[in-house]
Amino acid sequence: MLYNEPSPHEVKILTRRFGLPDSASIKTYLKTDGYVAFEKALKMKPEEIIAEVKVSNLRGRGGAGFPTGMKWSFVPRTSPKPKYIVVNADESEPGTCKDRVLIENDPHQLIEGMLIAALAVDAHAGYIYIRGEYRYLIDIMDKAIAEAYEHGYLGRNLLGSNFHFDAFTHTGAGAYECGEESALLESLEGKRGVPRIRPPFPAVVGAFQSPTILNNVETFCAAPAILRDGGAAFAALGIPKAGGTKMTCLSGHVNKPGVYELPLGFPVKTMIEEVGGGIRNGRKLKAFVPGGSSCPVLTAAECEGLTMDYDAMARVKSMLGSGGVVVMDEDTCIVKVALRVMRFYAHESCGWCIPCREGTTWLRKLLQRFHDGHGQRSDIVLIGDLAKNMLGRTFCPLGDAAAMPTISFVEKFREEFEAHLDGRPCPFEHAEQLVMQ
Amino acid sequence: MTFSPQLEAKFAKLLGSYPPGRQRSAMIPMLMFAQDEIGQVTQELVEEVASRIGCTPLQVEEVLTYYSMLHKKPLGKYHVQICTNISCMLTGGTELWEHACGKLHIGHREVAPDGLFSLEEVECIGACSWAPAVQVNYDFHHQVTPEKLDQLLAGLRSANAV
Repeated sequence: MLYNEPSPHEVKILTRRFGLPDSASIKTYLKTDGYVAFEKALKMKPEEIIAEVKVSNLRGRGGAGFPTGMKWSFVPRTSPKPKYIVVNADESEPGTCKDRVLIENDPHQLIEGMLIAALAVDAHAGYIYIRGEYRYLIDIMDKAIAEAYEHGYLGRNLLGSNFHFDAFTHTGAGAYECGEESALLESLEGKRGVPRIRPPFPAVVGAFQSPTILNNVETFCAAPAILRDGGAAFAALGIPKAGGTKMTCLSGHVNKPGVYELPLGFPVKTMIEEVGGGIRNGRKLKAFVPGGSSCPVLTAAECEGLTMDYDAMARVKSMLGSGGVVVMDEDTCIVKVALRVMRFYAHESCGWCIPCREGTTWLRKLLQRFHDGHGQRSDIVLIGDLAKNMLGRTFCPLGDAAAMPTISFVEKFREEFEAHLDGRPCPFEHAEQLVMQ
Repeated sequence: MTFSPQLEAKFAKLLGSYPPGRQRSAMIPMLMFAQDEIGQVTQELVEEVASRIGCTPLQVEEVLTYYSMLHKKPLGKYHVQICTNISCMLTGGTELWEHACGKLHIGHREVAPDGLFSLEEVECIGACSWAPAVQVNYDFHHQVTPEKLDQLLAGLRSANAV
């Protein structure tokens, strides 16, 4: 089902079946060009499939934004080892709730995306790693997989070819870290979700020590449209170097929070004011996080002329991330936000790397002290120093994910940290109470 | 240990899902599905899963302590999980959490004396655009206000009384 009204600004490619009766069923899928792209891909050479994905300018939708076609080309197709497809459906970046609606409303699109990736690298098995909290999605996905087997889109000799492919669901059990690709693979193998050192990257040594394509749900879901309508058509939806659409999750202080499919390069101001219906209660925008809580925060002033795409976000030293846009109004206490974000990372740090394990914990303690009104002026510098010393010093990006937003909170909202000094009460507490009433 | 035929079927499917010699992969799903049936991860379950996937109980133990959804103690019949992460916090999640603690007279990861409810303050559950969000067992509830939570809890309480 749909949890929010669509917006007229949306360009519906991945969400084209959303709202159709029984949109998750294979019957609806087949009636609406379902598995047409797979049929087409079956007649193509693997390098032609990869070339089409490269033309599409599709970039990884999980957060890192790595070009998908290039990632697929890294898989050594001639390796004697089996190859695997792994879908990252461990969606847990705070602010992000898009993969959930993609699977819930159109699970066959994901299966078809896996099949296309499998053809591109000669893989014969795929795993969908779904976070434990999304139990109902496992049921939806299992049902779709069963339907695909019944209709000959999974199993042996698919559509009369000599290609075979099996798909399986796999549940996580509550660990943000398992959304990181190498930790996910560890978890898939029945271990603690701690990251692996890279290189080798999963493309070469991934699941079960074999070459693996590991992408986010949304990335795989884009593949059918790319093969069906052509990579160039998909690329044209976005901007140069970033093709297609991005599932964007608006949350926080907007009038119309929701998940919307917007073309890459969409203006931030239009997104907040028109798609999101503006800031609640007629208040002003203070700041927003563009792609999940790991991304450096951007101020209202930085929104001017800014667009939602990888390179534009990199220019303002933030990231498009997962597309989780968290909007904060003028009465939001940034110290409180920084603390809540750090509580999360300290809880989710897997403990494998000391800079992350210790860094997140000490940052949480420092921010808690600030929030409680016992902060010291030197702590402002200390918070920044601690965070900067975590950057790039861990096996996986969780340490960076905790450090980067923290640095941005301190640098961009220093006066709010100073306002909490000398035992003064949080200047926003009163405003917040008014909002709650 | 004996399990329901449905769970046995799930186990059989899981054990056939991974490459030969990689049955350890089934560990976490098996623990999750079994926990749903028996309520918690018991020592007996650890040993049972270990023997079925060809691991030592210690190997299962070290894995299960990593994952926050696997628990060795029983929870309430209705495990009420309230998200207070950023999007929920901005929309009243913290106040909702405090309200729930007051209402049920229990705190984080505590079980009410009658065993009906347990509470947990959880990290992002993937309902940010429909915040504040609550999960009761596996069911999502969106845009939950203290009043809506009261109704939800009362509904569960009366359903259980029948």
